[in-house]
Amino acid sequence: MIAAGPVIPNFGQGSSCVTGDNLFCWDWVRQHWSDTLQPALVEHIELTAIAVVIGSTLAFGLALLAHRRRRTEQPISIVAALVYTIPSVALFQILVPITGYSNATLEIPLVAYTLVILFPNFVAGFNAAPPEVLEAARGMGLTRNQTFTRVELPLALPAMIGGLRIAVVSTIAIATIAATISEKGLGYPIFYAIGLPTPFKTEIYSAGALAVGLALLCDGALVAVRRFVTPWSRAAAR
Amino acid sequence: MIGDTANAHTFVEALRFIVDNPQLLFTKAVEQLELSGAALGIALLIALPVGIVLGHLHRGSGFAIGTSIFVRALPSIFLIAVFLTVLGLGFTNNMVALAVLAIGPILTNAYLGVEGVDRDAVEAARGMGLSARGILTKIELPLALPLLYIGLRVAAVTVVATATIAAYAGGGGLGDIIANQATYRLSGVVGASLCVMALSAGVWVVLIALERTVTPRGIRAVRVQAALGTQNEEGM
Repeated sequence: MIAAGPVIPNFGQGSSCVTGDNLFCWDWVRQHWSDTLQPALVEHIELTAIAVVIGSTLAFGLALLAHRRRRTEQPISIVAALVYTIPSVALFQILVPITGYSNATLEIPLVAYTLVILFPNFVAGFNAAPPEVLEAARGMGLTRNQTFTRVELPLALPAMIGGLRIAVVSTIAIATIAATISEKGLGYPIFYAIGLPTPFKTEIYSAGALAVGLALLCDGALVAVRRFVTPWSRAAAR
Repeated sequence: MIGDTANAHTFVEALRFIVDNPQLLFTKAVEQLELSGAALGIALLIALPVGIVLGHLHRGSGFAIGTSIFVRALPSIFLIAVFLTVLGLGFTNNMVALAVLAIGPILTNAYLGVEGVDRDAVEAARGMGLSARGILTKIELPLALPLLYIGLRVAAVTVVATATIAAYAGGGGLGDIIANQATYRLSGVVGASLCVMALSAGVWVVLIALERTVTPRGIRAVRVQAALGTQNEEGM
C-alpha cells in the first residue's frame, strides 16, 4: 500500500484491482457496501418514497379539481409541462437561497417532477369512464360522489398506475441529481467517483446499477399491483 | 456549502451576475446548444428510421416501447459517468450519453405514430394503387407527424436540460458555472441556473411554435394532451 501507485482517497486498503482501476472490483463492493453503497441506497429510497407520496397526494387533489371544473385543466397542464422543462440541477440550486441546504430543498424538486408527471395521467384516468357508463350510474340512482368512488375511480386505476410507473422510475433517476447539493442518495458515489483524478469505475457502475435495479424493480412491482387491483382487465386482455 | 450565505438576497446577486457576465453566459449557452444539437442529431439518425420501420411493419412493440421505459430508468449522471469511463473526458463521451437519452422518446413516438395510423386509411391507399413506399411516405408519415414532433420535443428538452449535468464530465456549457461554486460563488451558480431554465423553456417554446407552423391543418392534434406533449402510459 505504501507508495504503491497513485493514492486514491477514501478507498481504504485497495486491492490491486482497485489501485489498477480494473473494470469492476467485487472486493471494493463488499468492503464498502456497509459504509457507502447501502446507506446511499437507503437514502435514495427515502428521497423517492417521500416525493412520490407527497406528489401523488397533490396530483390527486389537482386532478380532482380539473375533473370537476374542466376549465382548470388546461392552465394546470401548461404549468406542469413548463415545470417539466426545468433542468433538475438548476431547480435544486435555485432553491438553496430559499430553503438552504435542507431536506426540503432535496424534496421540493422531486415532488414537483412527480406531480407534473402524475397530473395528466390522473386526469386522463378520471375522464376514462365512457358517457354511457356514467349515464347508467345516474340511472341506478348513484350520487355524484358515489359515481366517483364506485365507477370513475376504479376505471381510473389503470391510467393512474401507469402514471405512477413513469413517476417512480423518473424520480429514482432524478434523485441522483440531489447529490449536486448534498451527500445523499446513489448519485453521491457517482459524482464523487467522476470527480477523482481518474474516475473510479467500480463505484460508478455499482451505484448506477443499484439505481437502475431499484427503478426496474419498482416498475415491476407496480405492474403486479395493477394486475391485482384491476382483475377485470385481465379477463378482457387482448 | 462553501461558506456562501444563502438567502433571498442571493437572487439579487444572481441577477447582477447575469448582467455583469453576458459574454461568458452566451459562450456557455452556445456550447450547451452545440453539444445538445450533436446528441440530438445522432439520436434522430438512429431512432427515427428504426421507429418508423418497426411501426410500418407493426412489429417489435415490446422493443419500441420498452426502450423508452429502460432509458427512463437510467439516471443521466450514470450514463454520463459510464461513457466517461469508456470514452474519456471531453465532448464525445457527453454527446454519446445524451444521444442515448434522446433515443427513447424519439424511437417510441415514431413507432407509436406510424403504428397507430388508421388501418382503413392504409387499406384505402393500397386500393388506390399506392406502393408500400407510397403508403409510408404519403399516408403513414404525414399522419404520424404530431407524435414524431412530440418525440422530438421531449427528446430535445431532455437533452438540453441534461447537458447541464454533462459539465461534471467535461461537457462544458452553463453547467460549468453550476458545477464550479468555488469560483463563481452561489450567486453565479444561481444565475447560471436561471439561464439554464430559460434556455430549456425557450427550446420547448420554439419547438412548439415550429410544430404549429409546419403541421398541416388537417392533422393538427386537437387533444390538449397531445399538444402539450404530456406523457401517457405507453409513450415517451
